[in-house]
Amino acid sequence: MAEILLKTEKLTKSFGGLVAISELSMEVEEGEIHAVIGPNGAGKTTLIAQLSGSLRPDSGSIFFQNQDITQLPEYRRSSLGLARSFQITSVLQNFSALDNVALAVQAQAGHSFRFWSKARKATDLREPALNVLEKIGLSERVDVPASSLSHGEQRQLELAMALATRPKMLLLDEPMAGMGVEESQRMVEVLAELKGTHTLVLIEHDMDAVFALADRITVLVYGQSIACDTPPNIRSNPEVRKAYLGEGEESSETFVDE
Amino acid sequence: MGLLLIEQAFNGLQFGVMLFLIAAGLTLVFGIMDLVNLSHGSLVMVGAYLATTLIEWTGSFLLGILFALPATFLVGVVVEVLVLRTLYERDHLDQVLATFGLILFFNEVIRIVWGPASLYSGLPEGLSGHVEILPGVPYPTFRLMIILAGLLVAVLIYVIVAKTRLGMLIRAGASNREMAGALGVNIRMLFTLVFGLGASFAGLAGMMLGPLTSVEPGMGEPLLILAFVVIIIGGIGSIRGAFMASILVGLVDTLGRVFLPMLLRSMVADSTADGVGPALASMLIYILMAGILVIRPRGLFPARTG
Amino acid sequence: MSADKLWITWAGMALLALIPILIQVFELPVFYTEMFCRIMILALAAMSLDLILGFGGMVSFGHAVYLGIGSYTVGIFSFYEIDNGFIQFPATLVICGIFALLIGMMSLRTSGVYFIMITLAFAQMVFFLGISLEEFGGDDGMPVYRSEFGGWIDLNDPLSFYYFVFAILLLLLFLCHRIIHSRFGMVLQGCKSNEARMQALGFPTYRYKLAAFVISGMICGIAGALFANWNEFVSPAIMHWTRSGDLLIMVILGGMGTLFGPVLGTVLFLLLEEYLPEWMDALLFPGAGEHWMGVMGPLLILLVLFARGGIHSLLGRLRIRNG
Repeated sequence: MAEILLKTEKLTKSFGGLVAISELSMEVEEGEIHAVIGPNGAGKTTLIAQLSGSLRPDSGSIFFQNQDITQLPEYRRSSLGLARSFQITSVLQNFSALDNVALAVQAQAGHSFRFWSKARKATDLREPALNVLEKIGLSERVDVPASSLSHGEQRQLELAMALATRPKMLLLDEPMAGMGVEESQRMVEVLAELKGTHTLVLIEHDMDAVFALADRITVLVYGQSIACDTPPNIRSNPEVRKAYLGEGEESSETFVDE
Repeated sequence: MGLLLIEQAFNGLQFGVMLFLIAAGLTLVFGIMDLVNLSHGSLVMVGAYLATTLIEWTGSFLLGILFALPATFLVGVVVEVLVLRTLYERDHLDQVLATFGLILFFNEVIRIVWGPASLYSGLPEGLSGHVEILPGVPYPTFRLMIILAGLLVAVLIYVIVAKTRLGMLIRAGASNREMAGALGVNIRMLFTLVFGLGASFAGLAGMMLGPLTSVEPGMGEPLLILAFVVIIIGGIGSIRGAFMASILVGLVDTLGRVFLPMLLRSMVADSTADGVGPALASMLIYILMAGILVIRPRGLFPARTG
Repeated sequence: MSADKLWITWAGMALLALIPILIQVFELPVFYTEMFCRIMILALAAMSLDLILGFGGMVSFGHAVYLGIGSYTVGIFSFYEIDNGFIQFPATLVICGIFALLIGMMSLRTSGVYFIMITLAFAQMVFFLGISLEEFGGDDGMPVYRSEFGGWIDLNDPLSFYYFVFAILLLLLFLCHRIIHSRFGMVLQGCKSNEARMQALGFPTYRYKLAAFVISGMICGIAGALFANWNEFVSPAIMHWTRSGDLLIMVILGGMGTLFGPVLGTVLFLLLEEYLPEWMDALLFPGAGEHWMGVMGPLLILLVLFARGGIHSLLGRLRIRNG
């Protein structure tokens, strides 16, 4: 029985009158790729925000490695081994790709109250950064300013930055958002390679990717988990099909038995 | 002593009500348009100058103000259309600099047209006497009128914001601008209207201030900064917060200036009290602001969520 | 800042170094040496603001406060007849650091519009404090003797004073340059770019911003101490909120986020302040110059709308076109 790395208990979050997450309890096992899917507005990004710490839940708890992190500020979760990538690209625009990733490495390299030596010459920052960028497939573009990278490359950079903090668990919010077919496939390969060394919580709309990668899938509808199971079981789950019926062609294509 | 307290409390109320007139427009502009507008104080000045001149021309205090109000509204609309529209999409630093430039411009225009010396704006005869607000407690009629007028405007603003369609649009805009735009509201017109209204209120404050203090170039800026303090304490975008905070600031500042030196003198040596007293009194509001910020970084009634 | 733009800094500082010599050679009155000395002092203040504004994204509308605190530190010491610069200047660093720490601690808990207004409000508070210090001149201010550095340098000699200020400007420019490119500087610049991202990466951004705020305040305080010396007078007027606005203008005019841009901006701004009235009198009609602020206002608006990169970016483009 694999160890539970992340656990939420009755997590609830509302915005004014709108309930975004309702009594959500879920568990993520160490080493697994756990996808979270659901129609738009189901609360997926809100969930990620609470797991990473940029939002506080109204009630309920979050446990990481059996430690209650519910009230822990965001910047402290990173040192515990939790990393996040953003749905809306949030790389640092005025820095090069390498600068971005090196900064991520720097975040885990002790405090940064160092005022004298040039950060760009620090090999203990640059080398790990270059390694990650190579793994992701951006080694040709390391010195390009982030603002000049293509959308797909920026999404790759997002992932690189999260990876560079050497996390135990990655919270990935639609890493393939806006990517073309080829780029998405490459991203799926990269993510697949992370299996075993990292645990992933993956929000995605790209169903091909989800079913290719996920060990388990949680389905979120109106802030509640209606199912959590292996991909084949999710595919044939009548509740899930009902929830997706309004989605039109996508659902019938996705859930048709092969 | 009790007499002094009552009189000063009313003065504090009057000061607060006037701050509210200035802060109301400002907080709406911050809240709805996300615009830092340093030139709001200039509108106070413009209102005061227009009123003083129109009162002279028409010979009547009431007529003067009646004409000066729409005139100030127009000035506000012109500023909004010509300058502020270009700033909405810009970052706050740009807005700060550009509206700072507006202050310089306005102050100079006033100097060119009316000269650098302060204008005389006398108390209107009908209102220059005293009224007994409580048995044996005389209070200047004009100041009482300011309080009443200000409270009336406060009620008017409340009715507009809480009960009318315009008010609903304003509230929607204050809490989430993008949402309001998505709902199909004509944002441009709304902004211009809101700014014009804010300008009128600020101008009204200037008009009422005229007879009490000097009407001169740059008169609006010290009040602007106080209005900022009010908004910080009350919360950006919140009319209710602006009102509560204005009265609070008005009372604390007025009563503080009068009673703090007295209080100090009873506690420490006279010389120390006389040295520290006035200094502490003028800093009192800012200390209050700092204190409130520590417990509520977003003010007492923040309206904005997005 | 890329290496190819560094030529602007070198050229600029070289020019500044040569100015007193040129003034001697052309036998111009010493007034001009003193004018450029004042420019350098305020350029130092503007540069300190650029540190947090251009690199940290903190729009502080209360920076003139540190000019004032620095001035008054020297002034108060002088009042008590302690003219030793070796005591005054370190004390300035400490006192300004403390003020910046307190103001920063409260202001940096907020952001955006709130932050701008709060820094303005606190600056106003210190301004009123300055006015109410009756013992030290209150509203009018008080005279100050130039600091003594135990025979090492005589600040009463205009030339010595000029190069003293020049040396401090050069040193602090260099230190700020190192800071910007250090690990600390990377974090600071990251905060300007996307603070939420930085927090997600694991940086306690508040601490870094506060540290930058304090460093900036201390440097500006040194400028204030130098200003008191230059002026031989201290007054609360230097803390008036419009002075904080002037500092912001000087940074943007010269080029935000470049460290040397503010120096250029200060030169242009103060030269305008000095000569625009005369030019207006000559070009328009006598008496027009009195209203030079009415021209500065719209100029400022145009600057914001069309020339955001300031002088520094204009110069930078020159090189590329030629080279």
